[in-house]
Amino acid sequence: MKTGQVPWNKEVALDRIRECLDREGPLLPILHALQEEFGYIDEAAEPLIAEALNITRAEVHGVVTLYHDFRRAPAGRHVLKLCRAEACQAAGGDPLAAHAEARLGVQMGTTAPDGSVTLEPVYCLGLCAVAPSAMLDGRVVGQLDQAQLDALLVEAQQ
Amino acid sequence: MMLRLFIPFDAAALAVGADAVAAGLQAAATRRNVAVDIIRTGSRGLYWLEPMVEAETPAGRVAYGPVTPADADGLLTALLADSAHALRLGPTEEIPWLKRQTRLTFARCGIVDPRSLDDYRAHGGGKGLQKALSLGPDAIVEEVVQSGLRGRGGAGFPTGIKWRTVTQTHAPQKYVVCNADEGDSGTFADRMIMEGDPFVLIEGMAIAGIATGATKGYVYIRSEYPHAVAAMEAAIVAARRRGMLGHSVAGSAFSFDMEVRVGAGAYVCGEETSLLDSLEGKRGQVRAKPPLPAHKGLFGCPTVINNVLSFASVPIILDKGAAFYRDFGMGRSRGTMPIQLAGNIKHGGLFETAFGITLGELVDDVGGGTRSGRPVRAVQVGGPLGAYFPRALFDTPFDYEAFAARDGLIGHGGIVVFDDTVDMARQARFALEFCAIESCGKCTPCRIGAARGVEVVDRIIKNEHRTANIEVLEDLCNTMKFGSLCALGGFTPYPVMSELTHFPEDFGAQPRLQAAE
Repeated sequence: MKTGQVPWNKEVALDRIRECLDREGPLLPILHALQEEFGYIDEAAEPLIAEALNITRAEVHGVVTLYHDFRRAPAGRHVLKLCRAEACQAAGGDPLAAHAEARLGVQMGTTAPDGSVTLEPVYCLGLCAVAPSAMLDGRVVGQLDQAQLDALLVEAQQ
Repeated sequence: MMLRLFIPFDAAALAVGADAVAAGLQAAATRRNVAVDIIRTGSRGLYWLEPMVEAETPAGRVAYGPVTPADADGLLTALLADSAHALRLGPTEEIPWLKRQTRLTFARCGIVDPRSLDDYRAHGGGKGLQKALSLGPDAIVEEVVQSGLRGRGGAGFPTGIKWRTVTQTHAPQKYVVCNADEGDSGTFADRMIMEGDPFVLIEGMAIAGIATGATKGYVYIRSEYPHAVAAMEAAIVAARRRGMLGHSVAGSAFSFDMEVRVGAGAYVCGEETSLLDSLEGKRGQVRAKPPLPAHKGLFGCPTVINNVLSFASVPIILDKGAAFYRDFGMGRSRGTMPIQLAGNIKHGGLFETAFGITLGELVDDVGGGTRSGRPVRAVQVGGPLGAYFPRALFDTPFDYEAFAARDGLIGHGGIVVFDDTVDMARQARFALEFCAIESCGKCTPCRIGAARGVEVVDRIIKNEHRTANIEVLEDLCNTMKFGSLCALGGFTPYPVMSELTHFPEDFGAQPRLQAAE
């Protein structure tokens, strides 16, 4: 899911922006396209988008920062999302989240210093009947227990 | 005869290993030089039995589950020899949990190949659209009004009335928007439909377009649902190729096309006006109403905006008639509700039934109590903004008005079960913290109230001036409830107040609140 991401490049960014311009309300599609390309929304992208859409840079910045999905810096090589919403809380998700933080030595919402993994909370993957759930680089895992989580953590640290 | 197997491709089935099971069965068949035809379907919604494998037999489909990859070889042997197997559940349709449901919206989910329009049609799909084309706009709207269908996203506003307003508003451009930003914890029915029967949603939206004169549709799907996004996109391409979408819908004079838009992790975008702002490329902030989206919606144009389940219920209403649908249910809650059982529950999944079933039947009887085996202490109904119900209120029938009368809501139909280890003060803190994080910031009661609420709950938990702080919390909840622009700030008090009212012992309070009832 995260393979193929390239370092920030203005020309590539402009290409991706232009590809979305014929769509109605193109800003979110543009931001998704840039994040897919580079893994995050570089600050240098904001004036480019503003100019392409003829809106202010502040408006672009406001949109980028409202949505949890858009990163301001590259994530780790792996992204492990743990569902922290009510259904997963009811099914024992809280101690699993604490275990993941302790094992990785990172707080929820941050990236390991070696750049291996970003640990993120997610508020519902819609897997509430097989809670607790997680997503590692786009792969979903349900009925998570500590042994399975440990296996995911090993994978994520690679 | 070739052995034909059905294995879900639904995200929750994948999460418990459906792909590995499919691969295991395929490998086992290859080793024996036996041909098998594995069809990937949606889920039947019996998630504690997933991965559930179904085999086609002359007497109908027979189910096995939960199957692990290690079971593949033995299962194949049993299937080929038609012999007994420990995981055999019998004919799928006869499984009591499924048999006692009334599947109208979910009639095909888990049965058909979601990528095949032919399969959709072979199982009754498309008839609602044909009927709609023969009726014309006004008669379609009348049918939906008469069916009693109410918005399944949570607000429960009559769908037909919404449509009628758009039909009667003249404008050169109108839109149909599907709210597939299913952010409530404990809900997954929209995801299941999009992954398991996406054409029914396309059909429902096309009917809405024909009824209201809208020619363009958007499905706004949350980014946490990558499998649903892929399934919808594939289905739209197939529908367009086969003429179900495009300049001439099903050969008619009506034009309607649609596309998928992906959200970006903002819970508040499940609120319809912030969803519209998000689609327009703005911050997902709530709009003040009026104007209603039916008058000025997407890009200022008249817009029908409904939840996935509302649109997905329309084809069967058109096909079988308003009276057929209206005959299910109770009071002003007509038809069926796809109820989602989740959290710490033994038999979690999708249970579609007529309105009127009690909460206790759903939790104890259908759901089988907790998975942990401990007593059920509370259930949260309707997502993060829904009230927590204690056992004492388990006689509440599943009905919009009955839940409202008990200071709760059915919302999008999710029920999250908690056992007796739950700490309700912590859950109250979470409800407010979630609201603080997800607030769009437009109105003060929500933006500031939620943040102050977290602090007040913290003081209560620490036993600082407990009685005085509980009063502050109640006052704050009232301000949020009556002063917020939308349901995020307005309904966050529901979980908090229900926790204070029904579980005062968790807040260390005297049972004064209960006595005041």
